[in-house]
Amino acid sequence: MRDDKKRLLKRGLQIIVSCGVALAIIAAFVFVTQGRDIPVLDPHGTIADQQKTLILITVALGVFVVIPVFVLLFAILWKYRASNTKAKYEPELEGNKGLEVLWWGIPCLIILALAVITYISTHALDPYKALESDKTPIKVQVISTKWNWVFVYPDFNTATVNYMNIPDNTPINLELTSDAPMNSFWVPALAGQVYTMNGMATKLHFMADKVGSYNGSTANISGEAYADLRFKVNAMSDTDFYAWAEKAKSSTNVLNDETYAELSALSERQPETTYALKTEDLFNDVIMKYMHSGGTSH
Amino acid sequence: MPQIPQEWITFLFGRLTLQDFVHEPIMAGAGIGMVLGLVAVLIGLTVFKKWKWLWTNWITALDPKKIGIMYVVVSAIMLLRGFADALLLRAQQATNNNLPVELLNADHFQQIFSAHGSIMIFFVAMGLIAAMFNLLIPQQIGSRDVAFPFLNSVSFWLFVAGMILINAPLVVGEFSNAGWLAYPPLSGLEFNPGTGVDYWIWSLQIAGIGSLLSGINFFVTILKMRAPGMTLMKMPIFTWSALGSTMLIMAAFPILTVTLGLLSLDRMIDTNFFTSTLGGNPMLYINLIWAWGHPEVYILVLPAFGIFSEVVATFSGKRLFGYKSMVYAIMAITVLSFTVWLHHFFTMGAGADVNTFFGIMTMIIAIPTGVKVFNWIFTMYRGRVRFTTPMLWFIGFIVTFTIGGLTGVMMSVPAADFQFHNSLFLVAHFHNMIIGGVLFGAFAGFAYWFPKFTGFVLNERIGKWAFWSWLVGFILAFGPLYILGFMGAVRRLDHYDPSLGWQGLFIVAGVGVAVIALGVFFQVLQIVVSIIQRKKNRVGPDPWNARTLEWATHTPTPEYNFAVIPKVTERDAFWEMKKNPSKKKPAYEDIWVPKSSGVGAIIGLFALGFGVAAVWHIWWLLVLSLVAVIVLVIVKLTDDDVERKLSAEEIEEEEKKLIAKELKEQVA
Repeated sequence: MRDDKKRLLKRGLQIIVSCGVALAIIAAFVFVTQGRDIPVLDPHGTIADQQKTLILITVALGVFVVIPVFVLLFAILWKYRASNTKAKYEPELEGNKGLEVLWWGIPCLIILALAVITYISTHALDPYKALESDKTPIKVQVISTKWNWVFVYPDFNTATVNYMNIPDNTPINLELTSDAPMNSFWVPALAGQVYTMNGMATKLHFMADKVGSYNGSTANISGEAYADLRFKVNAMSDTDFYAWAEKAKSSTNVLNDETYAELSALSERQPETTYALKTEDLFNDVIMKYMHSGGTSH
Repeated sequence: MPQIPQEWITFLFGRLTLQDFVHEPIMAGAGIGMVLGLVAVLIGLTVFKKWKWLWTNWITALDPKKIGIMYVVVSAIMLLRGFADALLLRAQQATNNNLPVELLNADHFQQIFSAHGSIMIFFVAMGLIAAMFNLLIPQQIGSRDVAFPFLNSVSFWLFVAGMILINAPLVVGEFSNAGWLAYPPLSGLEFNPGTGVDYWIWSLQIAGIGSLLSGINFFVTILKMRAPGMTLMKMPIFTWSALGSTMLIMAAFPILTVTLGLLSLDRMIDTNFFTSTLGGNPMLYINLIWAWGHPEVYILVLPAFGIFSEVVATFSGKRLFGYKSMVYAIMAITVLSFTVWLHHFFTMGAGADVNTFFGIMTMIIAIPTGVKVFNWIFTMYRGRVRFTTPMLWFIGFIVTFTIGGLTGVMMSVPAADFQFHNSLFLVAHFHNMIIGGVLFGAFAGFAYWFPKFTGFVLNERIGKWAFWSWLVGFILAFGPLYILGFMGAVRRLDHYDPSLGWQGLFIVAGVGVAVIALGVFFQVLQIVVSIIQRKKNRVGPDPWNARTLEWATHTPTPEYNFAVIPKVTERDAFWEMKKNPSKKKPAYEDIWVPKSSGVGAIIGLFALGFGVAAVWHIWWLLVLSLVAVIVLVIVKLTDDDVERKLSAEEIEEEEKKLIAKELKEQVA
């Protein structure tokens, strides 16, 4: 009798401790998460918005498998625990055709659904696909250096370092390359990422649907000051943007071949700077820099 | 004193200078600690006169059981090294490098995460898998040995050579700062002229060749050396999973060898395979490394699946549910794992069609994996489940692995992956799979098979403490990383903008790693306490009422494994034997076992010499080592006197002793 009581007490204590630990974990998670900016789940761009929906659909489909797994795991564990001698014991049970067909079949159906979603979304959200809009797209050329971000606006004769201004609700067409090891351009609030690689250009299209300032960074290790490769994307009204662009054009800082060479050689993070662009086709020049060749490269 | 000409010094030492021995405090501390530890071991060996014991019993051993134990020891030490790296990384990020004294500078931080990943995969996970193969496969299939015992020793010593090389930068030189897969151009000559990447290349190259040889060896062992009657569909499921794993090793590791080889040519003689200039292309490297890298994940996790299959069947006292389904699932995973590598770089600019294909292939792998999960759960259905530590690891595995599977499927949708790639979400996902799958599997296997090799069980109570610390620590350490990923935090940051509000989550993750450290402490304690209490914890040859052949022989297993090779008629051969014990008197026969050989260890030593030479450009040593390895291999291959006979009488004598001992213990 006393032993039983003791065991019951111990079991009770175990339950209280584990509940306490679980609550403490949840509380800690909530405390350090609440009020923080979660751009992937709280996006401000049309692309990132669709990506968020896509993520939620995937989770919902996945939960169809995960919940049964957890329920079955703990229900069966509990029912067939060794101390429960009343439960049926069939040591020679080898399997069950029907059940196995069920769990080959249901995941197949879920994956089939997900495959269709994948096909549609991958084509719809292809980063190379231009966005449809009444407004004329803004073209920005992005160069990752060792270790700064350079943004070239060829149509506005201006360039910026470590920040990028864009008009809201306007398609932004990015071309990206690297004048350094590989990087990845990522502004989670606006769109998913794409690599920047030297000697070639990649593309990314997005559109901010709200005025605001969004954080961007590289996502691929590229050397010592990799962590400093951060930048801001400021989405503003058309009026503000064109006013800024007009002013930027006549900035006293000039970006030409020479000053670009100096800038790209700086390994420290530079403050946000605006330049008047005084060179043609800087972006292509940077790509071609890595194309000097023994002949056969393209 | 006459001045030694500089050319001589360069000839002798390549690019190695005294300056390369100077390190920052933390690294110097680790290096000095390692050297002191080594010196202490050497002194200990000398004082206790154990050199001969070490040489005859271990270094020259060709017995896979001994090689397996050595793999366990090396992997355990490397687990501690890799874990110490993790502690430093987490400390840096939890404090946001904002202490009065700088913890790690950016370069050092980058070296540490590169070392952490490379060591954990190549010298912990691969080591543990090789250990399991060595310890279990021959006995599970009712064989006395592996197909190529000497080759097996070479594999192990190449693994050790690689291990030494990857730890050498703690003492001399620096390690790679380019991440565990060292993408060019960052890992190329232009951006990384030092020795770091070379250390990375050559330690992986040497260990990788060892793994390849292991793969061939165990593939042949499984196919050719099974006990009579054990058809493929009667093999234990762990052996099936090992078969899948070895097939993958044979197909994937040559790709790694070639890729590393080309990268080293780029760095050594200035070729341009992976440069951006002169017609080279870094994207080629990224494709190649993942064409090895993705199958590698399954090389590691398939054997872990096998372990869990054995554990859950044994501790449910029941047959594995859906054996055939399990086999088909293993084979499906084996094949499919070669068709998904591109999902590691959806963001590289491939077209939507290509991304769609690889996304869907990735999801398809979730189907056989899901089937396995349901079969494991239903193995317990109508069973008698005993909650031992191996079972706890199994339950922990199902929970973490299922969550990891869900996050994996989330990332397999290319358009969604653009938001997850290279973020901490990804980092959390693969730790979910590798820790929850491979490591928990190894821990379950360790507790399950420990008595098989020692004759006593591990302390259950401390084992349970270890499990709970690991599980709670795991949730605390990796939960925040998922959330951080959604916040836009990328991997490998040595510092971040405090205004982003990430620090709280990093602190929680840091606490999680501290709780895991408690778990590691309990594991060490468990082993120590269990060894001290070994008399009390002594058990017979079948402590768990197990099902497979490795439990059908004595504990600990004699050198020849089985005095009489068992005849197999059913799956779960040992379970059947226990139901219908054979009344026949055993007919003993002469057994030939391989003679011990130190040549494997010497080949490993020269491989290490080759690695050092390649890193430091000491060309004479490179040529010498290479020639030595080739000569040793030829000498060994032409040696016919490689086996020794254990006569039937000796075996009978030995068996009588072992049986008498077991009976005595049963009475006691």
